[in-house]
Amino acid sequence: MKIVLDHLTKKFPSRNKKSSDEVIAVNDFTFEIPDGKLVGLLGPSGCGKSTTLNLICGLQMPTSGKIFFGDDDVTKLPPENRGVGLVFQNYALYPHLTVRQNIRFPLENLKGDKKLSKEEMNKKVEEAAHLVQLDGLLERKPKEMSGGQQQRVAIARALVKMPRVLLLDEPLSNLDARLRLQTREEIRRIQKETGITTIFVTHDQEEAMSISDMIVVMKDGIIQQIDKPQEVYDDPVNLFVAKFLGTPAINVFKGKVEGGKLYIGEDAVLDVPGVEDRKVYIGVRPEGFIPDEDGPLHCHLNAIEVMGRDVSVVSTNEACENTVIRSIIPSDSAVTPKDGVVRFSLKPYKVFMFDAETEKRIEYPAK
Amino acid sequence: MKTRSAKGWLYLLPAILFLGVFMVYPLLDVFVYSVEEGYNSASQTYFGVGLYNFSYVLHDPYFLQALKNTLLLVAITVPLSTGIALLISVALSSIQKLKDLYQTVFFLPYVTNTLAVGLVFMILFKKTAYSDGLINLLINTFGGKSVDFIDGPYWAKMFVLCFYTIWIVMPFKILILTSALASVNQDYYNAAKVDGTSRWRIFWKITLPMISPTVFYLVITGFIGAFKAYSDAVALFGTDLNAAGMNTIVGYVYDMLYGDSGGYPSYASAAAILLFAIVLTITCINLMVSKKKVYY
Amino acid sequence: MAKTAKGELSYDIIRIEKASRVRKKVMTTLIYIFLTIWGLLVLFPFYWMILTSVKSYSTYNSEYIPKFFTLAPTLQNYVDAFTAVSLAKYFTNTILFTVITTAVMVIVTVLAAYAFARLDFAGRDLTFTIFLSLMMIPNELVIITNFVTITNAGLRNTFTGLILPSITSVFYIYLLRENFAQIPDELYYAAKVDGTSDFKYLMKVMVPICRPTIITITILKVIECWNSYVWPRLITDDSAYFLVSNGIQEIRENGFGRENIPAMMAAVVVISLPLIILFLIFRDKIMAGVSRGGTKG
Repeated sequence: MKIVLDHLTKKFPSRNKKSSDEVIAVNDFTFEIPDGKLVGLLGPSGCGKSTTLNLICGLQMPTSGKIFFGDDDVTKLPPENRGVGLVFQNYALYPHLTVRQNIRFPLENLKGDKKLSKEEMNKKVEEAAHLVQLDGLLERKPKEMSGGQQQRVAIARALVKMPRVLLLDEPLSNLDARLRLQTREEIRRIQKETGITTIFVTHDQEEAMSISDMIVVMKDGIIQQIDKPQEVYDDPVNLFVAKFLGTPAINVFKGKVEGGKLYIGEDAVLDVPGVEDRKVYIGVRPEGFIPDEDGPLHCHLNAIEVMGRDVSVVSTNEACENTVIRSIIPSDSAVTPKDGVVRFSLKPYKVFMFDAETEKRIEYPAK
Repeated sequence: MKTRSAKGWLYLLPAILFLGVFMVYPLLDVFVYSVEEGYNSASQTYFGVGLYNFSYVLHDPYFLQALKNTLLLVAITVPLSTGIALLISVALSSIQKLKDLYQTVFFLPYVTNTLAVGLVFMILFKKTAYSDGLINLLINTFGGKSVDFIDGPYWAKMFVLCFYTIWIVMPFKILILTSALASVNQDYYNAAKVDGTSRWRIFWKITLPMISPTVFYLVITGFIGAFKAYSDAVALFGTDLNAAGMNTIVGYVYDMLYGDSGGYPSYASAAAILLFAIVLTITCINLMVSKKKVYY
Repeated sequence: MAKTAKGELSYDIIRIEKASRVRKKVMTTLIYIFLTIWGLLVLFPFYWMILTSVKSYSTYNSEYIPKFFTLAPTLQNYVDAFTAVSLAKYFTNTILFTVITTAVMVIVTVLAAYAFARLDFAGRDLTFTIFLSLMMIPNELVIITNFVTITNAGLRNTFTGLILPSITSVFYIYLLRENFAQIPDELYYAAKVDGTSDFKYLMKVMVPICRPTIITITILKVIECWNSYVWPRLITDDSAYFLVSNGIQEIRENGFGRENIPAMMAAVVVISLPLIILFLIFRDKIMAGVSRGGTKG
């Protein structure tokens, strides 16, 4: 099922009763999610991603704009008629019901000609449980299960009624690191197997990048960028997106463009022909540094951290906005500091320029 | 170490004194009283030891009347008040506008003097020479006949007593239930809503099981409280409850102790112990049932 | 073919939308009606008592069908309530009783809770367990002996007799102990290192930190005292020592020489007002306190 958001806006009255300002949680969202894709809504907390999810599933009503599932306008439809499955951050499993009863719960709500017989229900429950690999655990109570298992019960409960759209709210945030890795593969697999259009919300960029077909980066209720994960990483539209994606984080420098050259401090690091003179922010991905005895960028070496395959060079530069510069280089390249100064040349396609005022990306003709 | 120990006891001393004299000693003493036969409070002498006091109380028509009244009151008010409180709390939890106002109003009976407001109920229900009272007028407009709820037939008096008792106990129950409802994670309701669960089913399948411990707590305290009913009856029917035929067990205890029919602490003790035994039994049964029915 | 299917579907959506909107509106309206009915049921006795208290004696008695309003409100009943019967006396008695009982209760409770929460002494846990089990003892069971004790001590019709057995409350000791126990030990050791005495630590650190709880138990005790009826009734027969509850019963039974309902209602208003005002001021504290374990009476 294709999902289309058309100028979707959600305003809340301000929490502070005295001011009449409204909080705009979702500001004029327009985008289309193709059928059968897994999409991550990514952003820091308070950016409106959970609100967006609630609007799509119908728990909240938009202030303006429209939502389409396929060709149907579902904007004003109550949640139960939309055919969505929703997995909550804390799973919201009913503690007094067994796993079987939890998964069966949505089926028991069906009325009229959709009503199922006991056998049909049990069959569907078992299919859903099998899909998420919960066979044999159906008679347990949620509290007798691990976090990862509870998560899978929640997914099974959302899937059992064959929703047109599956929505997951921070699906991995309540799991420990090891389970997180495992579960995200699991979500990917289930989504592939069922082919249900799936949207999930997360604040963890790694999570979003690793399994999404497409990610939507949001900030303060405004969409920053929508693209494939790699595209967003390689081609961020503004400083926020560049900073938000990638671990270790991108290194940000203050600098300027003068006479077609890009300067970090006094060091002319790149040629940027055709870009007019101005102050800029420069973002350099950690893997964008090449140790080079004649390189233009001078940094004070703090430490070299060996990480096996790679080496992380920690250094400082007065123009750098981060506390330290982290660069990742292959361990076989030599770093030879002189008087505590290490010099780098930069890979142009790993260097992004942003206007100092608007923080928007400045394109320049890469060689 | 010695001085530290002494210090601890010193801080506790006032509490222990008060509790010892006015709680522990009386607790033991009440059992002594209850088996002292023919105790005379003027001469403080008694004839012998035995269970005669209990047998006397159990054969006293006033006690049996009080027992009947109390049991009836319990059987009517506990389920009704808990049920209505549940309805009101669920309704209250589903609104946003004016919620604070409703909550404040609903809590008012808790802070009122039972005796004082009982008088208002009395004049509302009482039929006098000048006026049939407001409630009777209401009944008349619907084509019914006037009834004297205060001095009239037993069922009418029982009705007022139950009505007033429910009115009085409601704030506590509403308050406890609303806070229990508020502590149920909203996600359960959202999950149910997305799955298209009807309000009715949400209430029976989710809300009620989730707050079942609180409901049972209220049923248990409700039983205990209703068994101890007294001042509401006094407020409506005056201090001579035996004459009105509306006495309660607690009222019987006090009447035995003091007043025109008083001076029999032994009978009072026996009745009090009987009451305590009944309450204890019912509480135990309640607890056993709740262990089976409460989900977690 | 596809078009028809689509057309039917969107028609269906509109119908569902509308039905759900209507259902929601109806439900909300019903809920408000239901809550308002209960609200009126709660408020009506209060309205009636105030209304009756400002009707004159003759007006009230001439209304065979009581009126829901009065055009000639009078305060004469309030004057009567204070002059014809000793309402003022009952009132001051109750204030005295409430203030002393509550004050002593708070002191006893704070000391005991401190001992249980902070001090270390032999037999502490056992004593606390015994205290806890005392919470289950119904007042009705112990009141008999207390009545005899106070009578034998010749304390009938005295404030001492009224106050002494009303002071202790195991539940409040328990409530405050739990609160005291939440204060981190480090604070105590820090104070010890600085040479603070136990008592000073209690007064300067624990009491201020736990003030909300102390205020809560104070308010709950005030409500309890103001409404207490059974014990005062047993222990006083001299109307000079009546509290408001007994006073109102006395007014009802021997009252104004005749059945003066408006004046009686004026007395009821006067008696009810202090607690209602207290409630409106401390609404949140009282409701929080009650939901933490208060019961009626």
